[in-house]
Amino acid sequence: MRSSLQTLLLGLLSLLLAGCAGSPVRGTGDLGLIIERASGHVTLVNTSSRAAYARIGGLGDLSHASVVYSRDARYAYVFGRDGGLTKIDLLDALIVKRVIQSGNAIGGSISQDGRIVVAQNYTPGGIKAFDSETLELLSEVPAEYAPGRFSKVVGLADVPGNKFAYALFDGGEIWVSDFSDPKRPVTKRYPAGQQPYDGLVTPDGRHYLAGLFGEDGIALLDLWQPEKGARKILEKYGRGEEKLPVFKLPHLRGWSVAAGRAWLPAIGRHEVLVADAASWKETGRVAVKGQPVFVMASPDGRQIWVNFAFPDNGWVQVIDTLSGQVVQTLQPGKAVLHMEFTPRGEAVWLSARDDNRVVIYDTRTFARLGEIPVDAPSGIFFTSRAARIGL
Amino acid sequence: MLLAATALAAEPSAARQKELIHLVRQDCGSCHGMTLQGGLGPALLPAALADKPAESLVATIIGGRPGTPMPPWHRFLAEDEAQWIVAKLMTGFPQ
Ligand code: HEC
Repeated sequence: MRSSLQTLLLGLLSLLLAGCAGSPVRGTGDLGLIIERASGHVTLVNTSSRAAYARIGGLGDLSHASVVYSRDARYAYVFGRDGGLTKIDLLDALIVKRVIQSGNAIGGSISQDGRIVVAQNYTPGGIKAFDSETLELLSEVPAEYAPGRFSKVVGLADVPGNKFAYALFDGGEIWVSDFSDPKRPVTKRYPAGQQPYDGLVTPDGRHYLAGLFGEDGIALLDLWQPEKGARKILEKYGRGEEKLPVFKLPHLRGWSVAAGRAWLPAIGRHEVLVADAASWKETGRVAVKGQPVFVMASPDGRQIWVNFAFPDNGWVQVIDTLSGQVVQTLQPGKAVLHMEFTPRGEAVWLSARDDNRVVIYDTRTFARLGEIPVDAPSGIFFTSRAARIGL
Repeated sequence: MLLAATALAAEPSAARQKELIHLVRQDCGSCHGMTLQGGLGPALLPAALADKPAESLVATIIGGRPGTPMPPWHRFLAEDEAQWIVAKLMTGFPQ
């Protein structure tokens, strides 16, 4: 009698356990992943409960790591600095597959159809395409801009038509590679300017912008009419004045088009530059606390959140896009490296690396909603990225 | 004797060394990589620096390299601190 009850209980227990080990039936729309820069771990989080639910190790050097999502928003692809490419299942909270694809990588992207994951590499400079299912290498495009000369690749972004746009820091060009045939990519080159350091695609996928380090201005390529070539916008924004030192280069990723304007970090000036997103003429600039790193628009476009390079990386400022004024200055913690809005933007999560925590703010009231202990957090990536172009 | 005394004087305090290690790994690391294997900036590992004169590396850290993203660090680092960093970089930087 007793033993059959025991058996029954055991059976129930193992059923329960099996249920836990397999995927619970649930969506992933409110899940995300935080990079722990120093420890080679990622922390998996839930933006509804504002809590961590798992931690996964063994991902190698994650400084400057970035993440893209499969189109079903179940799998995260983590690109590590050491060239590691790791595919993580957010539901089962485990590593599905991991390959070492190069010696020195800085990020990646996923194609419009979700079938190809592309990594961008500093050394050897170029991009490599992988099957998003198996992580098998499909093809590569070495960034050989002159015979025997290879460039570091920056600013990789997916653009419509299973193409990828990226910029060559040493080569001074924007390249667009068409992966319609994933094993035989076709690349077009566009002269861009001195030392492009990062790039972004506008939310509609039409324009690719590359920030220039070596000159004042931003290179703009209209992907609807690429034959017109890249042109320069916001030229000479420095007005010939001496540049302030830049202790960390800005990141152009993230949506920085809001309220019909593009909001972009200046280089060597403590300003956010504002350009009309139709004419691309400068419409203003906003003085801020330091050298901007991320200039990110909230999903509704009402706010721009800005963090800063060393030594001002303890500050975050919020610009109201209607008035063009800084409306809030916050001190979320020490060394704020990244910010991510929840899918509809009611909250923003910020990583404070040297405080070992991620801090959550209400975007309307600026009240602190909570915090999560995370070891040296850097990038925060929510699954809402899965459905966006250029992230 | 005198030499030993100057060498000692040039060594930052233990607390300052900890700050310098953090600065190099994290903030120099944003361009040179946290493991110093290179990124937008070149690798700062012993093998990469072996043939380079220490004084010129110190000068690069203090004054930066105009025309490249390497910024000047004199606002945050004294000359002897930059010397200490270079000596450590050349022999294997502490974790
Ligand atoms: C914003 C990016 C950036 C940051 C931050 C940065 N560096 Fe550099 N550094 C560079 C670049 C780029 C070069 C290569 C310059 C060139 O092309 O000659 C360089 C060159 C150097 C060199 C010369 C290396 C050689 O082989 O000649 C040293 C040494 C160096 N950096 C040390 C440091 C230290 C120490 C720090 C932190 C206190 C630091 N760097 C922070 C970008 C950076």
